[in-house]
Amino acid sequence: MDLLGESGYEDAGPRYGFFTDTSVCIGCKACEVACKEWNAVPEDGLDFTGMSYDNTGGLSADTWRHVAFIEQRKPLAAPETTAVDLGIPSFTKPGEEQDGQQGEFRWLMSSDVCKHCTHAACLDVCPTGALFRTEFGTVVVQEDICNGCGYCVPACPYGVIDQREDDGRVWKCTLCYDRLGDGMEPACAKACPTESIQFGELSELRERADRRVAELHDAGVGDARLYGRDPDDGVGGDGAFFLLLDEPEVYGLPPDPVVTTRDLPSMWRHAGAAALTLLAGLAATFVRRSR
Amino acid sequence: MSGNTGRKRGRGEQAMVPDAEFRSYYGKPVLNKPTWAAADIAGYLFLGGLAGASSVLAAGADITGRDRLAESLKTGALVAISGSMFALVHDLGKPERFLNMLRVFKPSSPMSVGSWILACYGPQAGIAAVTSLTGWFPRVGRVATVGAGLLGPAVAAYTAVLVSDTAVPTWHDGHREMPFVFAGSAAGAAAGLGMLATPIAQAAPARRAALFGAALEITALKRMKSRMGLTAEPLEKGTAGKLMRAAEALTVGGALLGGLLGGRSRTAAVVGGAASLAGSACTRFGIFHAGVASAEDPKYTVVPQRERLAEAAAAQG
Repeated sequence: MDLLGESGYEDAGPRYGFFTDTSVCIGCKACEVACKEWNAVPEDGLDFTGMSYDNTGGLSADTWRHVAFIEQRKPLAAPETTAVDLGIPSFTKPGEEQDGQQGEFRWLMSSDVCKHCTHAACLDVCPTGALFRTEFGTVVVQEDICNGCGYCVPACPYGVIDQREDDGRVWKCTLCYDRLGDGMEPACAKACPTESIQFGELSELRERADRRVAELHDAGVGDARLYGRDPDDGVGGDGAFFLLLDEPEVYGLPPDPVVTTRDLPSMWRHAGAAALTLLAGLAATFVRRSR
Repeated sequence: MSGNTGRKRGRGEQAMVPDAEFRSYYGKPVLNKPTWAAADIAGYLFLGGLAGASSVLAAGADITGRDRLAESLKTGALVAISGSMFALVHDLGKPERFLNMLRVFKPSSPMSVGSWILACYGPQAGIAAVTSLTGWFPRVGRVATVGAGLLGPAVAAYTAVLVSDTAVPTWHDGHREMPFVFAGSAAGAAAGLGMLATPIAQAAPARRAALFGAALEITALKRMKSRMGLTAEPLEKGTAGKLMRAAEALTVGGALLGGLLGGRSRTAAVVGGAASLAGSACTRFGIFHAGVASAEDPKYTVVPQRERLAEAAAAQG
């Protein structure tokens, strides 16, 4: 579908997005820092969650990139070749590894971000038009229009956009709208040392992701799968999509998100029927009964 | 609780479905929960329903010459819609930017549609009440009364779309029946006000409306819960569960007391009317809290989506 044409852009350029390849993420959080620095996102609590190396918790008004850490008792992959010991900690004592294999332990790390959905619920439900589709195909909040109604917050199927408490307005990733306008890549992608975060034209990123997942499957990483790549999913595909090594919910992502406004025509029909029922029912209470 | 555990005599909650197995990120929610304050937004849902249905009853009372009933309902509608507007604006993060609501008309946003419905309804409800209380401009008053009466059902029902058009599992999954629950609850509230504030002789339509509202709300709620499955659970647990149980008792009790005995006893009318009003408020607060609870627990997001994927996979063979 022609997203930009439908959004009213004539002679629009390509749609841009992110491909986040979590298989090469090292959890350094450079993306979190770069995002905060570039966008002047305020500090949102220096908390110790105690659950993992993730002391950020999740995306919010003041966290536009969030690195998830998951520890699992599972080998990273089952490659044909002999594994090289990378010094990854194991559950066995040194020298006691069974059959020369490394301990069954892996870390999953993933940098989460706004998905910039093709069918974006936040944009659909925004009553002021503060949320809009940019010429790059991304979804951005105009902070001078937002009146803080908060409707976009429960509308987002991914739990991305949120309200800043002291300011009342909603904030989220803009895919560095200002940098894109100057032909620069977003700050997080720029800062990523392993190219886990890749920025580019969405169609090209999708091809690259398909090649990467095939490569990983060939290398024995059967868990590798793309998330948000499919233009036929419940949100019409994500502008920011991922390569994951486990089920999405393990990373805190919904397994089958659907844009809530898909059901809106049905909701209005039912509300119309209910309104007529109310009108008819209450009118009937005035029908004089002969005694 | 559902009838399938009816043989059990224990009062403890019986699980309707076995505890679902699911994975999550350290048990953290997938969704960001609504930022709305319960008093503001659940209050808004209640007051909007009260106002909308009151205007319908007021128009009927006006046309059939029940001036006392019409006057109290018109006044109630104006007070309720003013209160609901105050709650709505109060809950905005930037209240001074309320008028930004009216800079666009967006059919894809129930809040935008609602803002325009309120912008059309509010002034008519206001004119209807003021002309009724002062006796000025009776013809203008009649036009406004009928206009508010025709828009009233939209005011009462659109709020169901407002909450359902979100990713909040319990609100979204109930989207087919929610407008009927809200319509019934609104009728109950307006009927309660009518019974409470009007002499017995004029309140017969309000008494019938109480029975109609309660029947509609209870039936729709039952259907909604049976269709929802797992995401109906938050309606029965915790704060929401208590509110919903109170709502059912008050709504049914109020309708029976006020609706059946309120024609003979003023006390029954007053107590029944108050119960109907309170029942409507409990329903809205209960549904509000259930939605928030469903957003806070990843189970209600992950398990139904997993089931949907499994069904799709099975359908594909």
